[in-house]
Amino acid sequence: MPVEAPEAQRPAPALVVDRLTKRFGERTAFNDVSFEVAHGEVFGFLGPNGAGKTTTVRTLGTLIAPTTGSATVAGVPLTAENGVEIRRRIAIMPEAPGLYLRLTVLENMRFAAGLYGLRHAEPRIEAALDAVNLSDRAGDLCGGLSKGLRQRVAVARALLSDPRILFLDEPTAGLDPVAALEVHSLISELRGRGVTIFLTTHRLDEAEKLCDRVAILNTTLRSVGRPAQLRAQLFQNALAVRTRTALTDPDAVFIGIASVQSWRHEGGSYVLTVTDPERAAPEVTRALVGAGADVLSISEAQHSLEDVYLQLVDDDVEARQR
Amino acid sequence: MKALDGTRVGAVIRKELTEFRRKRSIVVAMLVLPAIFLIEPILTVLLGPHASVGDQSYRIPILLLILIPVITPSTLAAYSVAGEREQGTLEPLLTTPIRTEEFIVAKAAAIMIPTLGLSYLVFGFFLALVRLFSDPVIAAGIFNEGPLLLALFLFTPLLAGWAIVVGMAMSVSAGEIRVAQQLGMVASFPPLGIVILMVLGVIQPTITAAIVFAVVLLVADLLALRLTSGLFDRERLVTGARAVRA
Repeated sequence: MPVEAPEAQRPAPALVVDRLTKRFGERTAFNDVSFEVAHGEVFGFLGPNGAGKTTTVRTLGTLIAPTTGSATVAGVPLTAENGVEIRRRIAIMPEAPGLYLRLTVLENMRFAAGLYGLRHAEPRIEAALDAVNLSDRAGDLCGGLSKGLRQRVAVARALLSDPRILFLDEPTAGLDPVAALEVHSLISELRGRGVTIFLTTHRLDEAEKLCDRVAILNTTLRSVGRPAQLRAQLFQNALAVRTRTALTDPDAVFIGIASVQSWRHEGGSYVLTVTDPERAAPEVTRALVGAGADVLSISEAQHSLEDVYLQLVDDDVEARQR
Repeated sequence: MKALDGTRVGAVIRKELTEFRRKRSIVVAMLVLPAIFLIEPILTVLLGPHASVGDQSYRIPILLLILIPVITPSTLAAYSVAGEREQGTLEPLLTTPIRTEEFIVAKAAAIMIPTLGLSYLVFGFFLALVRLFSDPVIAAGIFNEGPLLLALFLFTPLLAGWAIVVGMAMSVSAGEIRVAQQLGMVASFPPLGIVILMVLGVIQPTITAAIVFAVVLLVADLLALRLTSGLFDRERLVTGARAVRA
């Protein structure tokens, strides 16, 4: 088990957000949001459309001023005066790649390098294009590239300045599955290189696959943690049991087992709520065999991040309806 | 005011000039009006009735030439910010370390380069035609108008500068390129009044008057540049809502 470094020795987080709120007149984009992102972490920022994800990224990227609250981005306090310094240390890839379609890939990259004040940027440009496997397309006009390739150019552009934090806002939105997979492998590569990534998405499979931790936002922050932690917080441990034929008296089989709290029949399986799945599984197996049942399978019931997300968002919908 | 970063300003200028070259509609829009404005002066000066000594009717066609640096940049200025927003390139650009002043100055410089090139080319072409082919009395009249010619050359960058900066201000404020272009065109005309009065002889075109008005225009250009930088609100440009701090 890894031993955590004492508080004083731990490096400062890459991103600290403290009670940040943004309102546009009467409308609240996000409210009282607090979280931290560690260096080298891939942090997923999930939420339904209109939850405030993009506005949060724009706020942390100094495009939008927060209404209240504070944040430290890449070690710099989020203030209007620090805007240039923060933007120098981070890179943001908005949902739309925003490339100049009449310019070539190389011209777009040179332009971006210039905006970051990078002199003699050719080696960096080559390295960034190499990282996204686009070196052989450097001379192509961006207008002639597919959506997926444009997204890769945008990632290369974001990597040019060697940012301390890379904000990716819905990087796979509108991409076909193959192009989305390419972006996923790019993000995995960046993670391997230790880049801190702040990934907003409403694709839960993407977040589950790529992120160390996720935050679920629905105007307010609903939850933050590792996907497994969130599952444990929201859902009880359960075993799913399948038998060849239905049990004649399930109560008699399950209620007598100490580690089984309750059971229900769901989609052809018996779902048992248990205190400890590892302890309960052999006990349940013995009880089933003792009752003469033909056991097809016993497995721990898995809840996906999607279940967590839907549970939290549904809670919000119900709360609003009350 | 902090010093501008040459690398960032240069990057925007290079990008803009490359985009202008590849956008045929912009090249055509830039060339059509100067071509039209050149026809009338050429016809008047070269094919008009023989002039008598002291005839100053050639001054009227010169007015049309002075319109060139005002009208030529209007399309580019209107496109400068509204165009970036329409094609979705503004937000990625604003997420980089470029400062507002660098962005505005670089955009203005990128528009100024083709505008001045085209304006001086047209003036030079016109004067060459006058020297070679026009009635000697008219040629002598035009080439003896030292202060007027000085004003023409001196005011060209200043009038262009004004047109560019107010055009950009409209581009920052207006939601659409076409609206920005129309408003920018209207706003760019007032300083032209001074030049018109000078060309028409209402204000005597002396060297002193030309220099005084040039200084006035320069100050107006710099103030307009500041005003445009002030209008440049990243939050409004990205979200459409003005920034309000608690």
